[in-house]
Amino acid sequence: MLQLQQLAAGYGNIKALKNIDLTVPAGSIVSLIGANGAGKTTVMKVIMGLIKPESGQILFKGQKISGVATHKIVSLGLSLVPEGRSILSRMTVLENLEMGACQRKDNEVQADLHRIFQRFPILEERKAQLGGTLSGGQQQMLAIGRALMSRPELLLLDEPSMGLAPLIVADIFKVIQEINQEGTTVLLVEQNVRQALKIAKYAYVLETGRISLHGQAVDIAKDPRVMEAYLGGKK
Amino acid sequence: MFLQQMINGITLGSTYALIALGYTLIFGVLNIVNMAHGEIFMFGAFIGLILATTFNMSIFSALLGAMIAGAVLGYLMERLALRPLRRRKVSELAPLISTIGVSIFLESLALRLFGPQAQSFPSIYAAQLFEVGGLKISAVQIIILAISFGLMVALRFWLAKTRLGKSIRATAENIETANLLGVDTQKVIVLTVMLASALGGGAGVLVGLAFNAIEPTMGITMGFKGLAVLILGGLGNITGAMVGGLLLGIAEIFSVAYGVSSYRDAVAFGFIILLLFLRPQGIFGSKEQQGGR
Repeated sequence: MLQLQQLAAGYGNIKALKNIDLTVPAGSIVSLIGANGAGKTTVMKVIMGLIKPESGQILFKGQKISGVATHKIVSLGLSLVPEGRSILSRMTVLENLEMGACQRKDNEVQADLHRIFQRFPILEERKAQLGGTLSGGQQQMLAIGRALMSRPELLLLDEPSMGLAPLIVADIFKVIQEINQEGTTVLLVEQNVRQALKIAKYAYVLETGRISLHGQAVDIAKDPRVMEAYLGGKK
Repeated sequence: MFLQQMINGITLGSTYALIALGYTLIFGVLNIVNMAHGEIFMFGAFIGLILATTFNMSIFSALLGAMIAGAVLGYLMERLALRPLRRRKVSELAPLISTIGVSIFLESLALRLFGPQAQSFPSIYAAQLFEVGGLKISAVQIIILAISFGLMVALRFWLAKTRLGKSIRATAENIETANLLGVDTQKVIVLTVMLASALGGGAGVLVGLAFNAIEPTMGITMGFKGLAVLILGGLGNITGAMVGGLLLGIAEIFSVAYGVSSYRDAVAFGFIILLLFLRPQGIFGSKEQQGGR
């Protein structure tokens, strides 16, 4: 569904990504793991058109999307839950969700809203509250719900577990799996490598802007280099 | 006497509030102070005047014309003076300087087109006086109050309820997030600048009616007052701009009414300085917005 081909990008003179090749097959969960500063968030931003690639290209369902404006990429069926959640804190929970559907003109928005509230009942309880008043876990639910409101075919998640208590992290990962089972393809960027490899089918390891390793998630989890660097040594 | 002055103060203040709203809207989405706002306001006043005198239009059509003229000026400013800078990702000071350029250009253009002398609306609008329970209120005051409050209520409602209004608020809070949610933020920026400038142009006609003096240099003083209200109310805060504008108007009228008319601006601005000592982030500003970005 999504293909990055020889993608390079950077900030001024700093090359953050060096010729990345990455494929996300339709219906799968693909994890992109790596340490801080490896370039994971940059990959997400380049896919969404927030950063222009220096070379290489991005194909979504066979169509070239590198160079396309961000809001048009959203309308093609991609949606990003950004790192740090980016909740609109001065707007209500309901308004945040409505903003997720701001391009839709069909009349199933209300039905989708209802579905989100069923998945995250706490959001319905707090729908009149300002987004900034929610706890971290609730904000993550809101960010995921909001991204789903655009009915994406491919959902990009940038560190959904960041700053959350372990119990809530488990919940969030369960939700990600459910969303995938309902037919949404997922590209997941994570530092929580153990969880990310558990739910993914395929995984890529990003190290200082290069893909150093990729393969089936189960194999990646057994790779001695990954165990050493990300999973706290050999077991 | 007190109530009478209160009405006068609220009338004047409501025009300040309209001007400040323009600053606030643009500050919200672009994070810059539009130094040309006062001149767009002045142009609105002249266009309204010409429509009302030369073309004999009613004051409402003249107002509408002035707002459209304001929107057109706003559009041109965005396309010619702001967008090219945004594309190149230059320093945040650059667009500010660029709007100063626009303001000087517009003022010179107005001097060339309309001449340096002060002009005024035909006196028919000021003549009618109504007495309500001992209070005197002129037809002009009623027009000003009705239009400015009408515009403010409509704007509030529009921002709160409509899809486009929500997109503006989302863009104002975080432009990248709004973009990721599918908002065409370029379009929202153009639209906001046009809307703010239309409000400025409309305020020009109202102030022209209130003071009966329209001149090319009127933009500067008014611009500073609007700017003061922006800071007083809290940067980027819509409610703050409305309340701040009313407070400044009332403070000015009371300083005139109670004998210090030659110090009216000094009293009003002194009052703002005092308020800012107590609440540096502005009346409705939040801590995070303190000092802007």
